[in-house]
Amino acid sequence: MAKLRVATTSLAGCFGCHMSLLDIDERLFELLKHIEFDRTPLTDIKKCGPCDLGLIEGGLCNAENVEVLLDFRRNCKILVAVGACAVTGGLPAQRNHLDLGACLTEVYLTEPGLAHGGIPNDPELPLPLDKVHPLHEVVKIDYFLPGCPPPADAIWQFLTELIAGQTPTLGHGLIKYD
Amino acid sequence: MTELATNLRRVAIDPLSRVEGHGKVTLLLDENNHVQQARLHIVEFRGFEKFVQGRPYWEIPVMVQRLCGICPVSHHLAACKAMDQVVGADRLTSSAEKLRRLMHYGQILQSHALHFFHLSSPDLLFGFGSDVAKRNIVGIATEYPEIARQGVLLRKYGQEVIRHTAGKRIHGTGAIPGGVNKNLNKEERDALLADIYQIIAWCRDAVAMARRLFEQDPALYNEFGRFSANSLGLIRADGAMDLYHGGLRARDRDGKTLFDHENYDEYWEHIYEDVKSWSYMKFPFLRQLGADDGWYRVGPLTRVTQCDFIPTPLADVERREFLAWDGGRAAGATLGTHWARMIEMLHAAEAIKELLHDTDLLGDDLIVQGERRGRGVGVLEAPRGTLIHHYRVDENDLVIRANLIVSTTHNNQAMNEAIRSVARQYLDGQELTEGLLNHIEVAIRAFDPCLSCATHALGKMPLTLNLIDAEGNEIDRLVRNGQGECSTGICD
Repeated sequence: MAKLRVATTSLAGCFGCHMSLLDIDERLFELLKHIEFDRTPLTDIKKCGPCDLGLIEGGLCNAENVEVLLDFRRNCKILVAVGACAVTGGLPAQRNHLDLGACLTEVYLTEPGLAHGGIPNDPELPLPLDKVHPLHEVVKIDYFLPGCPPPADAIWQFLTELIAGQTPTLGHGLIKYD
Repeated sequence: MTELATNLRRVAIDPLSRVEGHGKVTLLLDENNHVQQARLHIVEFRGFEKFVQGRPYWEIPVMVQRLCGICPVSHHLAACKAMDQVVGADRLTSSAEKLRRLMHYGQILQSHALHFFHLSSPDLLFGFGSDVAKRNIVGIATEYPEIARQGVLLRKYGQEVIRHTAGKRIHGTGAIPGGVNKNLNKEERDALLADIYQIIAWCRDAVAMARRLFEQDPALYNEFGRFSANSLGLIRADGAMDLYHGGLRARDRDGKTLFDHENYDEYWEHIYEDVKSWSYMKFPFLRQLGADDGWYRVGPLTRVTQCDFIPTPLADVERREFLAWDGGRAAGATLGTHWARMIEMLHAAEAIKELLHDTDLLGDDLIVQGERRGRGVGVLEAPRGTLIHHYRVDENDLVIRANLIVSTTHNNQAMNEAIRSVARQYLDGQELTEGLLNHIEVAIRAFDPCLSCATHALGKMPLTLNLIDAEGNEIDRLVRNGQGECSTGICD
C-alpha cells in the first residue's frame, strides 16, 4: 500500500504540538511504515508539495503565515488544525485586545534597558496582522484536534484511524481543552 | 530588496529548517564575492511581554510556557523563580527545590536529545552537503536504526521525568510561586529509577559519538564557523556547573573574567539590549564592553568551558577530555557546541540519578511564603543558555511589567558571527548549491536556536537564494523545490 504523504508546519504556535507528535515515542517507527514526510520542520523540504494530509500547528499572526496556510490548503487533501492556537488563535490571540502598535512600541521603544530603541521595519520582515486568527477563518479545515497540546495518544489515534481509512473519532480522555 | 548600497549583491537563505521557529539569512557580497554583511533575521512577533500585563502573577508560570513547546519547563521555572521573590519565598523547602531541579534536568535531557538526534544528527552522520532526501530523522532511522531508537528513548525518558514532576509532558503545572504543588510518590520514583542506568549508558555513548566526529575530521570540526566571543552564564558559588541556580559569570574573548558570582537580581547593571531594524530579535550586550564589542555567547559550549568543574563524575571526566582535545580547539569551536551539549546531557542524567536516590523528593513540605514584594527576577540556564524573566506586580496581584531575555536572544550576534564565518569559509567565490546553503544552516543549528522563544514568535518560510547585481537586478536564483531538489535560473 502506498504511504500516506504528510506535511506539517508550525505557524504562530510554540512547537509544542509537534513535540506532542514526537511524544508518541517509539511508535514513531511504526508510523513511518505508513507515512512519508513532505515539508515539515523535521526535513529540509522547504515547500509543501501534493500531500494526503496536512497538519498545522499555530494560528495566523502575519502575512507569511497566511501564505503558508493557503499553500498547504492547495496541496493537502485533508487539512487538520492541530492544537489550541490553530483552533482558536490560542494564547498569542491574547494580543487581540491590545493595539499592535502599542505592543511594538513597548517592546522595542520604551522598554528600559534598551540602548537604541526602534521598531523593526525592514522589508525582510513579513507584515504582522492586526489580530491573530484561527485557521478556519481563512481556509476550510477538515478536522480540529483541540488541546494545548493535544495529547500524543490523541494524535496517534487520529493518525492510525485515518491511515486505516476510517473517519477519526476521539473518545473521552483524548479531547482536551487545556 | 533593491535598496542596496553601492555595489553589493544580496543572497537570501529562506527559510531555515530543522531549527525551531521562523528565520532566514541574508548575505551582502562585494564584486569579489567577499561577504560584507551577514544577517540572521527573525521574522515574527508575538508580544508576550505586553499581553501578560494585567494577568494575576500566579498565572504567569503557566502562560509563559507557551513561548516554547520544546523547553516549556525553562519558562515555567524561570517565571516561578521570579514569582518566588514576589511571594517572599527566599528559600524554598528542600523537597520543592529538588523536585524543581529534577524537572529541569529532565528537560535538559529531552531537549538536548531532541536537538542532537532528531534535528542535527543527519548533518553530522551523513555530511553537511549530503542528499537532502535522506538528511532527516527518517534517514537516520533507516540507516542508523539503533542511534535513532536511542535518541527517541532518551527524549522519552526526559519527557517522563517532566510528566512525573509537572503533571504532563508539555505545558505542565508542577511549579508554583513559593514551591511546587506535588511531590514524587514511590511508584513514580521507582518507575524512573528502573531505566536511569540504561539512560546514563546511552548518554555516554552519545558523548563518544560527538567526540568521534572530531576525531574523524578534526580540521572540519575544529574550524567550521569558528569565531571568538565573550561568554556569559550562571555559576554555582563553588564554581560548579549549575543549570538551575547561581550567580552570573562573564569572561571576555581572551578568557579574562569580567565579573563573577554577580547577583542576577540586577542583571540590567550588566546587560543592555540593542534593537536593529531588520530583526524582531534584540541584540543584548555587556554594558562594560559597549554595544559593538560586548556581545557574547551563552549555552552548552560556554557552560562546559566556563565552569570550574561539573559536579557529577562521568560528565566531569568528559569535560576535561573536551577541554584537552587538540590543545583546546574544540572548546572554542562552533561545532564543539554539539560535544558540549552531549556532556551536559550526561550530566543531566547523572543529576537525575542522584536526585532519585534522595528521599526529599517524597517529602510533603512543598510551599513557603514570606513578605510580599513588587518585583521578581528569575534566571536559570535553559537548554540553550541563560534565561532571564523579570516582572513587576502591583498591589492587586496583577503583573504590570515584564521583560524576558531568552537564551537564543543572547546568542543573536554570536549566530550572526558564525554564519559570517561559514560564509567566508565556504561561500567566497563558489557556485551556489543546496549543500552550500545547508552549511550556513549547520552553523545556525549548532546553537540549537529556539527562534519562537527569541521573538516570542514562531513559524516557517520557503527557501530561495537570489543573486542580485549591483544595480539591484536579479541575475541568478537557486530554489529548493517541494522535494528538496535544487534548480537555478530566473523563472518568474
